[in-house]
Amino acid sequence: MNAPSTRGLRPRVASRSIALRLGLLLTLVLAIAVAAVVFATFRYGRSAADQAFDRLLTGAALQIGERVSVVDGKPVVDVPLSAFELLALARDDRIFYRVIGPHGKTLTGYDDLPLPPTAPAGASPRIYETPYRDTRVRAIALSRDLAERSLSGRVEIIVAHTMLARTALAREIAMPAIAGIALASLAILALTLLAMRYALRPLRRIERAMLARDPRDLTPFHPDAPREVATLVDAINRFMGRLDRRLDTMERFVADAAHQMRTPVTALRAQSELAIEETDPERLRALQGRIRSRAIGISRLMDQLLSHALVTHRVETVELAALDLRRVAIEAEREIRSAGVAQAELLHLDLSEDPVIAAGDAFSLREAAKNLIANALRYGAPPITLRVEHSKDHASIVVHDEGGGFDLPADEVGTRFARHENTPESAGLGLAIVREVVESHQGELTVTRPVEGGFAIGILLPALDEERMA
Amino acid sequence: MTARMIATLLVLLLGTNAGAAASRTQFDAASGDVRETLTIASVTDLWAFRPLIAAFQSRHPEVAISYLQDTSRNLDERARAACRDGAFLADVIVSTADAEQVRFVNDGCSQPIAAPAIDALPEWAHWRGEVVGLTVEPGVIVYNRAGVAADEVPRDRFALVDLLRRSERFTGRIGTYDIVRSGVGYLFAFEDAVQATTWGRLIESFGRNDVGTYCCTGEILDRVADGRLLLGYNVLGSYAMARARKDPRIGIVFPRDYTLALTRAALVPKAAHEPELASAFIAFALSRAGRTALEKGAGLMPAATGIATLQAKIGGSGPPIRPVALSPALLVALDEAKKTMFLKQWRQSIASVPETGETKR
Repeated sequence: MNAPSTRGLRPRVASRSIALRLGLLLTLVLAIAVAAVVFATFRYGRSAADQAFDRLLTGAALQIGERVSVVDGKPVVDVPLSAFELLALARDDRIFYRVIGPHGKTLTGYDDLPLPPTAPAGASPRIYETPYRDTRVRAIALSRDLAERSLSGRVEIIVAHTMLARTALAREIAMPAIAGIALASLAILALTLLAMRYALRPLRRIERAMLARDPRDLTPFHPDAPREVATLVDAINRFMGRLDRRLDTMERFVADAAHQMRTPVTALRAQSELAIEETDPERLRALQGRIRSRAIGISRLMDQLLSHALVTHRVETVELAALDLRRVAIEAEREIRSAGVAQAELLHLDLSEDPVIAAGDAFSLREAAKNLIANALRYGAPPITLRVEHSKDHASIVVHDEGGGFDLPADEVGTRFARHENTPESAGLGLAIVREVVESHQGELTVTRPVEGGFAIGILLPALDEERMA
Repeated sequence: MTARMIATLLVLLLGTNAGAAASRTQFDAASGDVRETLTIASVTDLWAFRPLIAAFQSRHPEVAISYLQDTSRNLDERARAACRDGAFLADVIVSTADAEQVRFVNDGCSQPIAAPAIDALPEWAHWRGEVVGLTVEPGVIVYNRAGVAADEVPRDRFALVDLLRRSERFTGRIGTYDIVRSGVGYLFAFEDAVQATTWGRLIESFGRNDVGTYCCTGEILDRVADGRLLLGYNVLGSYAMARARKDPRIGIVFPRDYTLALTRAALVPKAAHEPELASAFIAFALSRAGRTALEKGAGLMPAATGIATLQAKIGGSGPPIRPVALSPALLVALDEAKKTMFLKQWRQSIASVPETGETKR
């Protein structure tokens, strides 16, 4: 919604894309969460299954260990059937075992079954996984100390099996949980979609309110909007306010300009009619002189109107850039001189030696300076000085003359067309342009009467550091 | 079909152990156009498998079958050696030495069998989908009808022990498996020892009566039939029943305290040349047609229905039939330390059994 003309926009698509973005984001977050939970569930299932089946292994190893005895000074193992029946509870798993005597000799079983990775330590069973033959097995190693008169030493019992049953059990434990998680995720997604529709409803309401408005109605509107959208509504209202003011200015300007034009054009017509009927050459010459100065006045008025319109337009469109006010002054002076304004030779420049930097639009500032100079030349008393200087916080461009000036408070200067009916060449728009420029630069229009006498009017702008010039 | 079947008997002296002979029989493809050859290695006497092979070949006329026979111990040793070396022995190995078959699977020497019918079998008859029991093989007592009076016939092991104690007439006239040489005999004996304490007294009686030990069921049946033996213990029931049907001199007892049942276990080695065909053969043996061939043709009881058939045959109040499950628990029977101890006890009880070099391991 970036244009006041609401027709032809496609706000439905725009709002759907917010929903899409939110939906994608939430799905992503949800997917990560679900992946983490699924991983954790599998881990849990695996460890639960491992616990269960490690007990089988331990039990079998203990049963075998119990049946190790010493006969005639030799270790003898009578492997119990029950140990294998215990292991066979994991129905499809292959079983491997090995009993190692005190001297490292395999007493019975698979003599290539790998030992635990660490050196035998204590009687505590060590559980480990290892590749064996064509498969991977989980094994337990259990030691039993023999302490007979004829033989003492450690017997190592290793029992191992493949892990089909573990994997199956782990899956059995994890699967219902994962099914639950899947269902929950679907439910969350569905609820999220509903919530999103609900949450985005105010946007749609604002959209409808905007659409329902009269296109010419630029007054602020106050829909029932939640806090998150209030800033958006504010922005829209500020925008419409600006638009409204612009339209106002434009209408006023057009009205004023029409009024300003009408009077001198009427006068010009009257004088030219008089001139047609005039037969006395002496008076005809006087009339011709009046017609000429009236025409000059009209042309200046046209210039100023256009200049005003241009400045007004630039205020809206041109970005302010750092510039040196001395350069503005020099160019303004040069243009005044080349335009052949009367008494232009009475103008002096008084420029600071350092650059005077401010943020501004060079064209607008130049126009403002020219208008100030023209006013001083016309109404003030020489000598006239165009002074550019700067303080810590401000940069200024000021026109000083030795005349009496006028008696208006600074904040009223240039607020309306000045009327100087006795000087037909004046258009009276100069100060209005200055004011416009000052306002667009967030500056200040200053009017002072210095103690040494005379009258000074100028523009005060916030100063910028010199580095900003670069 | 049988007319077309040309059976060539090639007796190959492969094993050097005690002159143990291995034989190879060739069944040419029924169509005469051999596309695939399936090699079956088995301990079975060929007559028991002939009907199944015939039925399979009538279904698959392009398949030739090479049938290799050996003793269970030789067969297991050769199969394990082949597995170690990654060499080929056969596409299918069938043996009643269930413990050895299970160990073969446990050692990772076999591969899964693609036969969905396996899942429908009772739990005891398959393991890991890699070894599957085709038949039910009960262990029975056989007797010579002329030599043992009807009221003397031992209906259970207690009666057998009592009979052997009471009478001197059985000395030298009772036979059983040589459990040192026969995998089946060993497994029957081992399971007997696990099942009940009767075993100790039984072998003591055997020893006192100078028991004769034989490699195979056939030898015992021959001797019981002609009266050289009066009693045979732990004889394969399917063979005994097949023989008893034709020979009225032989009587059979399913021991009433419990009757053990082994199974003819089939597996496909990892190095099989024709694993798919091997699976197809096993699947066929489990199918209705295959079961009929086994049952009608050879008098064997298929694993799927065998226990029920057996119970029906014996009568409603018959003995409990205890199938020995194909499970890694059978590995205990083959544990070296355990086996050494068990055989030592056996030898000590049956002092008359000569300790040949072969029985030592």
